[in-house]
Amino acid sequence: MPASTQQPVIVTISAVSKSYQRGNQPIPVLEGISFEIVRGEFLALMGPSGSGKSTLLNLIAGIDTVDSGSIVIDGVDIATLNDSGLARWRAAHVGFIFQFYNLIPVLTAYENVELPLLLTSLSRRERREHVEAALAVVSLADRMEHYPSQLSGGQQQRVAIARAIVTDPTILVADEPTGDLDRVSAGEILGLMSRLNAERGKTIIMVTHDPRAAEKAHVIRQLEKGLLNDVSP
Amino acid sequence: MFLLKLLSRNAFRHRLRTLLTILGITVALLAFGLLQTVVSAWYAGANASSSTRLVSRNAISLTFSLPIAYRERIRRIEGVEAVSYANWFGGVYVTEKNFFPSFAIDPKSYLALYPEYVLAPDEKRAFLLDRKGCVVGKRLAERFGWKVGDTIPLKGTIFPGTWEFVVRGIYSGAEKSTDESQFFFQWEYLNESLRKTAPRRADQIGVYIIGLKNPQAAAEVSVAVDSSFKNSLAETLTETEKAFQLSFISMTEAIVVAIRIVSFVVIIIIMVVVANTMAMTARERIGEYAIFKAMGFQAHHIAGMVFGESLFIATMGGFLGILLTFPVASKFGKVMGNFFPVFQVERSTLYMDLAFCLIVGIVAGIFPTWRAVRIKVADGMRRVG
Repeated sequence: MPASTQQPVIVTISAVSKSYQRGNQPIPVLEGISFEIVRGEFLALMGPSGSGKSTLLNLIAGIDTVDSGSIVIDGVDIATLNDSGLARWRAAHVGFIFQFYNLIPVLTAYENVELPLLLTSLSRRERREHVEAALAVVSLADRMEHYPSQLSGGQQQRVAIARAIVTDPTILVADEPTGDLDRVSAGEILGLMSRLNAERGKTIIMVTHDPRAAEKAHVIRQLEKGLLNDVSP
Repeated sequence: MFLLKLLSRNAFRHRLRTLLTILGITVALLAFGLLQTVVSAWYAGANASSSTRLVSRNAISLTFSLPIAYRERIRRIEGVEAVSYANWFGGVYVTEKNFFPSFAIDPKSYLALYPEYVLAPDEKRAFLLDRKGCVVGKRLAERFGWKVGDTIPLKGTIFPGTWEFVVRGIYSGAEKSTDESQFFFQWEYLNESLRKTAPRRADQIGVYIIGLKNPQAAAEVSVAVDSSFKNSLAETLTETEKAFQLSFISMTEAIVVAIRIVSFVVIIIIMVVVANTMAMTARERIGEYAIFKAMGFQAHHIAGMVFGESLFIATMGGFLGILLTFPVASKFGKVMGNFFPVFQVERSTLYMDLAFCLIVGIVAGIFPTWRAVRIKVADGMRRVG
């Protein structure tokens, strides 16, 4: 389901700036970034290393805070939330897909996917239903008792995607989701993300260096030296 | 349930490191338990003493004796129910290595004042009737394989010569804390011999044991006894049996204090070791904690994971240490039976063991928890990969 202009805006980024301190020296990373993301959009953030794309992703995902400006997601200005409010908001609204999968090695695929649901009020039986459904979406229902070390890189990333979608979050954020995968596995993961977007209407914000990955997105935004350069539909 | 599963799996992620840490805690708790039991054994005599008994000795020193004639005067003091007496004999069996506490006693009054020495009625009767008879503790009899009817020669260290006794009874302790390694024989036998060989040492006793009508009156009776013999040739010093026993311990108090200090130092050392293990663990998992936080887990969840793991490791080691303390203490007690006639792990030691393993777990978890909770998600994520 490609995003259309009729879809409501789900993320509004207004005049966001962010800098880091290096000693006493502030290093600006993002300067006055503003744009919107509509529901169901598949957005790729691209740019050279150090351009600020991962920082922007972290800000949208609520794992870092802006210096100035605001980020409103589904009606909530996340800059106004305190640490625990932000944690609760992330648990309900954000699904993470990382470059290195970041599964917990001592937990099985099933248990890894179950993790975000432990923060909900769902019963054990309901959790099981959700986990099985999520693993079925990523075609790993038969591997649920396997530990991450018993899975290939592509399979681990699929488990990570199942973990990201199991709570049915408002947005999925993906930081170089194919960066650690071979070409075939990367293709499978991108296909899976496209399906999640097209068939389930998931809003996806993906940081990538890979032009082939970016091809799957509806919108590509280029960042350079902390500034938004360009929008390619 | 999930947290427990996660804790136990996390704890054994570095199996060797965790096992070595658990082993360290086990050994530390075992050492602590044994050292505390040694201290308890040191105090066993004092702890087993009765509040209804006073001990009266020569005020100058225990090595000086008191006249037997004091007995009747003590008996007449108000508050005194019974009086007995005893002499430290200090005999050895065959060689000096075979040393044990041996006393010349007035059998009838002494056994009446010490109901904790349980003797079969016929054995008691036989002992009372035989001037050369003796009764020995069960543990002592087992140590040398003595049986009722055996003749036991003791070499006197204070009263020279070889003294022969016939075992007329083997007593057992009414309580676990009762000393079953003592040797009692009739004071009359000793005194008769002394009258012949060293008349100046005859009719003297080492200590009077005074049975009280009312334990509350111990102080008054003590004062009354000592006042009765004030300005005599042999003034008395009367104190409770516990105080009398503690006066022996005070002679070796420095050793007891050293043992106590060492036992606590052992705990501090293991606390540092576990803290180091947990610090390494937390450092290695900073990225993981960041992932948990990114998913919405909060500081208290992370603290639960780190503290939980620290407590899990500490209690595993602690329980193993406590479990091992019993068989090791039993073995140690048998080997060291000559020095520690009563060697038992006390309940208070177990409570301290439990408290310490919890304290070790908590203290060791403080710094790693602080680090894990404070980590910013974005910073923690950079350490992944």
